[in-house]
Amino acid sequence: MSEHNQQAVTRYRNNFLQEVEERVEDGEWVKMCMQCGVCAGSCPLGNAWQHTPQKLFMMIRAGKREEVLTSDSMWMCTSCYNCIVRCPRKLPITHIMHGLANYAHRLNLVPKGQPTREVARLFWNSLAKTGRVNELKFSLALYFKDGFVQGIRNALAMQGVGFGLMKARRLNPMELFGGHKCKDPGSLHKMIAKAREIEDRKKGFAS
Amino acid sequence: MAKKQYAFYPGCSSQKGASASNFLTSIGVMCDKLGIQLNEIPDWNCCGASIGYAEGGELPRLAISARNLALAEQHLPGQDMVSGCPACWLSSRETAERLNQFDGLMAETNEALKEVGLNLQGTVKPRHIVEVLIEDIGFAGMKEAVVKPLQGLKVAGYVGCQTNRPFGIAGESFENPQYLDMMVDAVGAEAIAGYDQKVTCCGGALAFSEPDKAQKQIRCIVESAYDHGAEMIVTPCQLCQANVEIYQSEINKKHGTKFAMPVVYYSQLLSVAYGGSVKQTGLDGYIIQPKKLQDIAGK
Repeated sequence: MSEHNQQAVTRYRNNFLQEVEERVEDGEWVKMCMQCGVCAGSCPLGNAWQHTPQKLFMMIRAGKREEVLTSDSMWMCTSCYNCIVRCPRKLPITHIMHGLANYAHRLNLVPKGQPTREVARLFWNSLAKTGRVNELKFSLALYFKDGFVQGIRNALAMQGVGFGLMKARRLNPMELFGGHKCKDPGSLHKMIAKAREIEDRKKGFAS
Repeated sequence: MAKKQYAFYPGCSSQKGASASNFLTSIGVMCDKLGIQLNEIPDWNCCGASIGYAEGGELPRLAISARNLALAEQHLPGQDMVSGCPACWLSSRETAERLNQFDGLMAETNEALKEVGLNLQGTVKPRHIVEVLIEDIGFAGMKEAVVKPLQGLKVAGYVGCQTNRPFGIAGESFENPQYLDMMVDAVGAEAIAGYDQKVTCCGGALAFSEPDKAQKQIRCIVESAYDHGAEMIVTPCQLCQANVEIYQSEINKKHGTKFAMPVVYYSQLLSVAYGGSVKQTGLDGYIIQPKKLQDIAGK
């Protein structure tokens, strides 16, 4: 168990709802859910969720900490915002799903190899490095995340799409050598680090 | 007539050589004819998109969008911040609203912004280009500029998610927004009224991580366009455009379908109707060629 996870378990004991309210983005809304299930029925990937948002909210209230945080359900969120606009109680459901995923990620409780977590991590790293996402490096990092051989396989499988985009001038091989970026990535790194430091202090991640 | 001035946030996908670079090309003629002047925000950064949540958390995500807002405020004071990408618009608008709404968040964000020598007042208003077209130009204005009506072109208006939710266009319905069809009509093309996948999600960033699930969505979006007799799909979203166009070949490979449905931007319909050439309107930037629109543009 990670150190942060151990601290959270000790601090909140059996009150997982309180933990979510204090540490998960928009978590204070969870208790407002009235279990109507509109979110579950509105989700484009609804049938891929082991636990729909409605179920997750009830599980949080029932204190099912491990089941919730190790679930890969919230990683199925496509950020379509259907659930947000349809929720009769106006819960910011999409944000809560993002918040739960982020919290599970920070506690390192996400199922190993969860693909959306990997994509999200590579995307953020790409933007944080230079200030702007490098689509080519991001895609290649994704193909090669499981090693060189698998990477070549993935790249070959997608080569039709890749060459098509190159021909349409929507993928530039030269992006591999630099590419678009902000003028001073160094200060940008400091800004992101500062924001993270403040957030960690607020959410109890600071050691 | 003096042009209307806006601070412009292009976003990563619109950069030269990126997946929506032809979108940026396509708005040139449209903005020129409608008297819209877009002034690029110097040194803007990525908004984090929606998928930024996992690693970015809350404050780092707000901070990167706040940096763009602060740059706009400082360099282009008094101008609304306009973006062409729904994800950029959503992140910027969400940031602007949250920072003004919740106690302490603005101060915390400004503490982070100090590291890049900026300070945000929170006065700048993030908008989508579509809002500028509808609210500042109007449908009548969009129609007036037409020199080449797109007669006989049957178009499925695919709005997708993030231009439509959670903010959407003021006064529009989340379930069945009308504005895209009205824009199609304004340039003389025929919007397909019964297109039932108008606001279906294309899978978004999960096209990368859960390709089969996303491609199932894309299949519905394309199939319905065929079923309703559309000759092309038109969308306001860069990610929708990319996902729905480029994965058709993958779906064909896996399911034996013969999809070849062009997916273009609304701005290309407008720019072609305003007299733009194939090159000027970015219609040369596709894997699936929008032949009929290219022919009109080439005439």
